Amino acid sequence: MSPQKARWDSSLVFLLFCACSIPKCGSASLQQEQSPQHYFSGLEAGKTSLAFFTPSVSAGTQPFLEQIESSAEALQDYGVSVVKVNCPKEDVSRYCGKENALRKAFLFRGNRLLREFPTDALFDVNSIVANVLFALLFNEVKYIETLADLENIENVLKGKSNMVFAYVPATGTAEHRAVMEAAFVYGTIHQFVLTTEAALLKATSHDDPDVSSAWLSFCHCQRASEPAQPCRRTALAQPLTLLNIHRHLKLMGAPLVTEVAEDPEKISTVHLQLGLPLVFILSQKETYEADRRTAEFVAWQLLGKAGVALLSRDLVDLNVLHRSNVALKTPDEGMPIQYLVLEDTDEIITLVEDKNKVKQIQEDEQEEEEDEDEKENNNQDIQDDQVVEAVSRDKKRELPLEQILVLTEENFHSSLSGAARTVVLFYASWEAVSLAVLRSYSEVAAHLKGTPGVLLSRVNCWDWPGLCSQENVTQFPTMRIYREGQQSVTYGGMWGTEELSSFILLSQVSCPLKLATMGEAEGYLRGDFPPELSSHHHPSLLGVFSTATNEAREAFEEAGNILSGHVRMGMYFEDDALALSQKYSVSPPALLLTRSGGRSVEGIALSKHSVQDMVQMIRYQLLDIFPEITVPNLPQYLQLGKPFLILFSAGDINQMESKEMLKLAKGRPHQTFVACWLNLKKTPVGHGILRTYFSTTPSLPVLLWVNLHAGGQVFKFPSEQSITEMNILSWLEKLQAGLEIPSSTLSEEDWKPPLPAYDFLQMMEPSMPELSPHPGDTPAQQPAQSPGGDTARGASATREEPSQESTAEEVGSSGRGLRGTAPRLAARDKQGKRHSEL
Amino acid sequence: LGLVLYTGSLCVVSGATFLYHDYCIIGAGPAGLQAAYFLQQAGRDYIVFERSHAPGSFFALYPRHRKLISINKQYTGKSNSEFNLRHDWNSLLSHDRRLLFRRYSRDFFPNADTMVRYLEDFASLLKLQVQYNTAIIHVTLEKNEQAWNGHYFLLTDQDKKNYKCSSLLVAAGTWVPNVVNFPGSEYVEGYETVSINPDDFTGQTVLILGRGNSAFETAENILGVTNFIHMVSRSRVRLSWATHYVGDLRAINNGLLDTYQLKSLDGLLEGDLEDLAIVKDKKGKLHITLRFYLENRNISAGIDSITLPQDELDNFATRAPYDRVIRCLGWKFDFSIYNRSLRMMPGKGNIKKYPQIKPSYESRGTRGLFVLGTASHSVDFRKSAGGFIHGFRYTTRAVHRLLENRHHGVPWPSTVYPITQLTNSIIKRVNEASGLYQMFSVLADIILLRENATAFEYMEEYPIGVLAELEMQTGRKACNGLFVIIMEYGRNFSGADKDVFYYNRAVGEAQHAWQSNFLHPVIYYYKRLPTEREMRLHHPDWPLPRPDAIHHIVEDFLTDWTAPNAHILPLRRFLENCLSTDLRNFFAESCFLFAFTHRKLPPSCQQGYMRMQGLVGSQELRHHAVQAGLLQDYTHTDFSDDRPPDSHDGSQEQLMRDHGIPVRPLQHLVNAKDE
Repeated sequence: MSPQKARWDSSLVFLLFCACSIPKCGSASLQQEQSPQHYFSGLEAGKTSLAFFTPSVSAGTQPFLEQIESSAEALQDYGVSVVKVNCPKEDVSRYCGKENALRKAFLFRGNRLLREFPTDALFDVNSIVANVLFALLFNEVKYIETLADLENIENVLKGKSNMVFAYVPATGTAEHRAVMEAAFVYGTIHQFVLTTEAALLKATSHDDPDVSSAWLSFCHCQRASEPAQPCRRTALAQPLTLLNIHRHLKLMGAPLVTEVAEDPEKISTVHLQLGLPLVFILSQKETYEADRRTAEFVAWQLLGKAGVALLSRDLVDLNVLHRSNVALKTPDEGMPIQYLVLEDTDEIITLVEDKNKVKQIQEDEQEEEEDEDEKENNNQDIQDDQVVEAVSRDKKRELPLEQILVLTEENFHSSLSGAARTVVLFYASWEAVSLAVLRSYSEVAAHLKGTPGVLLSRVNCWDWPGLCSQENVTQFPTMRIYREGQQSVTYGGMWGTEELSSFILLSQVSCPLKLATMGEAEGYLRGDFPPELSSHHHPSLLGVFSTATNEAREAFEEAGNILSGHVRMGMYFEDDALALSQKYSVSPPALLLTRSGGRSVEGIALSKHSVQDMVQMIRYQLLDIFPEITVPNLPQYLQLGKPFLILFSAGDINQMESKEMLKLAKGRPHQTFVACWLNLKKTPVGHGILRTYFSTTPSLPVLLWVNLHAGGQVFKFPSEQSITEMNILSWLEKLQAGLEIPSSTLSEEDWKPPLPAYDFLQMMEPSMPELSPHPGDTPAQQPAQSPGGDTARGASATREEPSQESTAEEVGSSGRGLRGTAPRLAARDKQGKRHSEL
Repeated sequence: LGLVLYTGSLCVVSGATFLYHDYCIIGAGPAGLQAAYFLQQAGRDYIVFERSHAPGSFFALYPRHRKLISINKQYTGKSNSEFNLRHDWNSLLSHDRRLLFRRYSRDFFPNADTMVRYLEDFASLLKLQVQYNTAIIHVTLEKNEQAWNGHYFLLTDQDKKNYKCSSLLVAAGTWVPNVVNFPGSEYVEGYETVSINPDDFTGQTVLILGRGNSAFETAENILGVTNFIHMVSRSRVRLSWATHYVGDLRAINNGLLDTYQLKSLDGLLEGDLEDLAIVKDKKGKLHITLRFYLENRNISAGIDSITLPQDELDNFATRAPYDRVIRCLGWKFDFSIYNRSLRMMPGKGNIKKYPQIKPSYESRGTRGLFVLGTASHSVDFRKSAGGFIHGFRYTTRAVHRLLENRHHGVPWPSTVYPITQLTNSIIKRVNEASGLYQMFSVLADIILLRENATAFEYMEEYPIGVLAELEMQTGRKACNGLFVIIMEYGRNFSGADKDVFYYNRAVGEAQHAWQSNFLHPVIYYYKRLPTEREMRLHHPDWPLPRPDAIHHIVEDFLTDWTAPNAHILPLRRFLENCLSTDLRNFFAESCFLFAFTHRKLPPSCQQGYMRMQGLVGSQELRHHAVQAGLLQDYTHTDFSDDRPPDSHDGSQEQLMRDHGIPVRPLQHLVNAKDE
């Protein structure tokens, strides 16, 4: 149960308790009297009772009598006792003698008869309670039929007290009962007016109301001082239940605008307690009067939907933008207060109403889900793992695996020694991720078909567990390249066809590749040496070492082993290495880096000689200055741990913007953010990102500052400004100074289990009493978990601890019989909910 | 070098010369050799003593009729060597693939001679240290504070040679025949010596005492040539297919049940052998009477003076005289060689033939003395397979692992995995592991969670009886909660008097998995290690104390628990709820979206995609995921349109909600076992 629901319940219990001031007794309380004499002599003055008379030799109970009996408990809450009076055979008095009196129920206060009810008015508990209360609350609830009646009452009340006007399509309904029950509590505070006339409802309403459903509105007559003006009305938007009416009246009773001079985080009002948002109008001394009027105006608009408070900034030290004028606090725990700069009161109202709408939708969906649960027991058994589901939907397609050699325990070693280079995919044939990768792998095989010197193979670890553990494969899938006479290389990249192919191709040449001549080195930098990789566009890295730099060279070679297959690395340490490095104005040891196709060569001095540092440095150097972010490359940039300045573009980025962004990125080599862009055509999932930020796709291109690592705020570069270095810089400055408002904040939600599991422990308990903890074994033995329940009845032949059994049943008497299977549990929850509503 | 070692380990104590070894193993049967193998692999100093000149001397004699009742399945349709061990009940564990029993025999029920040959090969091919022709006739203790266990074990052989060891592994089996003494028991022939030639029984009437596999095996052999066979025992017949216990009467030997129930003269009787008496008449026929009639009477007075039951009850069942009475009452452990100080006590009740040991297989009386093999069956008597090769080969390995930790500081082997592999590692094991399968409800795989549940440690085949001592026994830490994976039969399903063929005995739906009857995996979740007290107090019907949560993987006709929806999905939900996390797999694209929209990522994105090992997925797969509503397709998004283009709502909200096509189990097929 959500905390706010719990709050409603507690206030409802409180309401019933103090208003009725009748201590609740445990058991249902139908009194029996032997004869009318007995009954009438026992009646106390001022006590109300509902009596019905039955011949002592009754020919079976009539259905209506059953209903009366079952309403006894409900009526007891309102101080009405229900009495069944037996008529002795010879009795011919007023109540027993006449045949038709036996088909009626009589309401007495003391021994005065208030009302007699024909049985057809008492068809169920709702109608009995509604009609009895209707009779009792004759003064508190006025029944009217015409508009004139209503206006008369209104006029009388104006300036004095408020009115609750309810329309029910018929008396004796659940809605009628709810209204009467509310009137029982609030009848002394507000004037209740009830009608069943559809015409009256239509006359009081502007639009065409649905006359088949009940209607309730609160009329603010106390505030209306001018006789000519009708009272303002606030309709109850929810269905007519006691809980909703109670909530509505509470909200109407709350002050229109609360003035606060306290930290808004600590404020709690009726609205928040009832699960509604609270709007703060931030006020200053100078503008107090105007702000107060604004607040009242907004409050009227939001009546019943949100609370409004006037917060004086002079009294509270707020650490927010000076421009902010409105704050919104939502009842959800842990949600921070939103501070906003709004220009129009309409914006406040839309804001609140949108929030409520979202919430309403969520609630509806929850209800829908619950309904579904009820129908289907549970959707726990529906696959919600996208990979598993996709693979199992694809299982009937035969994979083109002819190109891939199947390795077994028998042929594994012989196959490896037969080829210079063998690629092995270790997988498990039952495991979804493995199978997904196997699909990409088969595409790789098709892709690389005919490439000399590459042998693709696979090992199913479900068939050959010994082989896999011998090869130290503990996770599925694992891809490894075995090279004759060398250590194998385990793949550690994305499981995509392209990435896998590129890895396999790059692994063809050793890493780093020793270049023998200056010509080879130049050719390497141009990208046309070695010929195996000439068709492959990848940044090339050339380490240039003089004979004196052995240490650096060894580290470079070691780094090459680690980066093997991911980076194209060469090294040159012939005598003329110095000449080569001088050409690019560095001195050995140094790295020469060409990005795609050797357009330009960057020279980088090597200062650190540890392998780890070098690997890190190479990885860093390979990053682009203003990269296009794609699904495969995002993690590399995320690892930098910096916020993103990202331009979302509908297609290719336009030249002007590209130039400006590049300027921005290049100008600050050690900057604190990653400048990048995203092509929505190429990376359509970017739409998903924008929709999460803005709920719709904004006009493109859009430049965003995303604080991925700290804070999680998303800021949007003003669309009216053009994307230039200057504009961006000044925006960033403002942003840093806290002068901008985030458009969105990344969700901080934890990744919880998407659905509950089968609670076998609880299912087993009823049929296996031995499962429950031994008495005194665990200190906190919860009664709810103790054995007992109907499902156990049939199943458990041996019941070992009958004594414990019976005590447990007493403790959880109301929950009995509902424990056990999942649908029963669901039913219990439903039941619980209904109880709290009535 | 051998010489140097030898002299190095010679020591002299109070005049007697002792040959020292860290580990001494008594008995070179299957269990002794199995223990020797593990010690040898670990490079430990050990010796095996064998009274005979070759290993497996018990199998050289028994079973008398030479047919082993352990199955030797050649084909399973699978190449998984671990899985295949589930159906190979004769092989010992080793790295040598030549030492698989199916390479020795093609028979489903192999000949015992093959077992002897197999054990000989096992000892010689693996070069195990076995000292033959050495019968240990006395074992005693020598207190010494330096010793591993506070004492040394002193062993004496038949030639009065002495040996000294730090740890003693008793793998001597149970080989002392159970004998019942009653008046006339001298006329009874023992199973050990009775003729196995059916010709010797032609036209005879035979009474067999006992109701185990040896009794039925004996009967089976002579069923065709005898007049009739009667079989007497105190307990009712226990059929292994009803009890799910391999030590009970196996169907291969139950021909006599057939002839009894079809009224073909043979028969079964219940009665306490202690009350019996046998008298021999002048013709040499053996008559059954009751000890009660013989009291105060002199047997030598001749048969005529002895009351026979039929004298009072003229339809007494065994009133017909017998030509032979054969005793087939099984064996017990040889307690006689152990000095009193070792306190080797017989168990109580039906396990009195076994010495008292703890669930760690260590003797209750002496620290450092472990009982292996058949003699260790008291731990799981009439439950699991610990008394048989296919069971004790695993418990022996478990003991070895305990010893490695205790004496050599080698913690129990374990593998650390990222949490994303949790479901996989369990599914892998429950589908192939043989130790879990044979030693169901005795050995368990344990998953120890690391802090924050981002990783876990997987340990195989730990004896659950000592779960509370896990940290001490394994050298591993269990402070962040643990899963215990075992296999169980349904409660109340197995039993001598149970109908195991009743209609609807098989459960097909995952949500009713807890009612599964056949062997199926069960996973217990504990937030903390159960205490000794909880272990002691837990209900005897339960293998473990009450867990914080429990999961049953529904029984499977093929014992193949890899179905994505019926097996893996409910398991994942269970694990997720225990750990309070989301263990779903995500394609790289989803992780990409989450990285931009969430501060935190699900484990599979964190440990895969974010480490640049994202699952890109082929076009077809992503298409399937989109069709299932589990992945959003943004490629057709119209830029001018505000609303999401297709019926699926745009946001990642959708992704996190769980809509798929319900996979309704094919009820009739799932439950078709009995049709």
